[in-house]
Amino acid sequence: MLLHTVNKSPFERNTLESCLRVAAEGAAVLLIEDGVYGALDNTAVSELVKKHMGNLKFYVLGPDIEARGLGDQGLIEGIESVDYGGFVDLVEKHSATQSWM
Amino acid sequence: MEEEWDEDGPDVVKRFMYVNRKAPYGTVYALEMLEKVLIAAAFEQDVHLVFMDDGVYQLKKGQDTKAVNMKNFSPTFRALEGYEVEKLYAEKESLEARGLTADDLVVPVEVISSKELSELMAKQEVILTA
Repeated sequence: MLLHTVNKSPFERNTLESCLRVAAEGAAVLLIEDGVYGALDNTAVSELVKKHMGNLKFYVLGPDIEARGLGDQGLIEGIESVDYGGFVDLVEKHSATQSWM
Repeated sequence: MEEEWDEDGPDVVKRFMYVNRKAPYGTVYALEMLEKVLIAAAFEQDVHLVFMDDGVYQLKKGQDTKAVNMKNFSPTFRALEGYEVEKLYAEKESLEARGLTADDLVVPVEVISSKELSELMAKQEVILTA
C-alpha cells in the first residue's frame, strides 16, 4: 500500500485533487509544507478531503501546522498529526512513497 | 547624474501596490515580497499592501517556525507601521474561503471586497504581484 505526500496548497494547485483521484482505497495521504492547508476544517476545500475520509487514512505534519500558525484553526476530524519521526515511520510502513509535487 | 533629495523627502512619490498571493514558507515569494516592500518604504513611496488568495496566510497569528528551522517573518508586518506603511488590505473573499476573519491576523487590515480591490488597483501607478 502506498504513502502519498502532498506539499502544495489546495487553494492554489490541483495537486491534492489529483492525488485523491488516483490514490487507491486504504492508502495513506500525508499533507506536508503548504499541503497542510488542506487539513483544515471550515474552508472552501474541506469537503474535498472529507469526501475521501472513509477510503483513505489522512495524516498532517505537525511542525508545518505550527509554522503556519494553524494550531487554532481546527483540523478535519479524523486527520492524525505526526512529527518528523512519525513521517519516517509512515515511509517505512508503506511499500512505496508517491510525492505529489 | 546627481539626484536631489533634501530633508523634505523624495521629489517623486508614486502609488505602489504590492499584491501578496502566496502562502509563507512553502516558497520564498512571500519573504522576497516583504523585502521589496521595505525598499519602497525606504524611498518614502505611497505603499499599499494587499493580501489575497493564500497571501492572507502570511498574516495568520500564532506562527511558530522553530520545528521547521525557518525564520518566522510574520512579526515584521507589525514593524511596517514604523516605516509609515499603514495601508494594508485583505480581500474578504479570500479570508472567507479559508475560514478566517480579521481577528485571526497579526496586524489590523482593512477588509475589502473584490470589487473594492478592483477599484483600488485601478488607481495605482506601480503594481507588483507575487
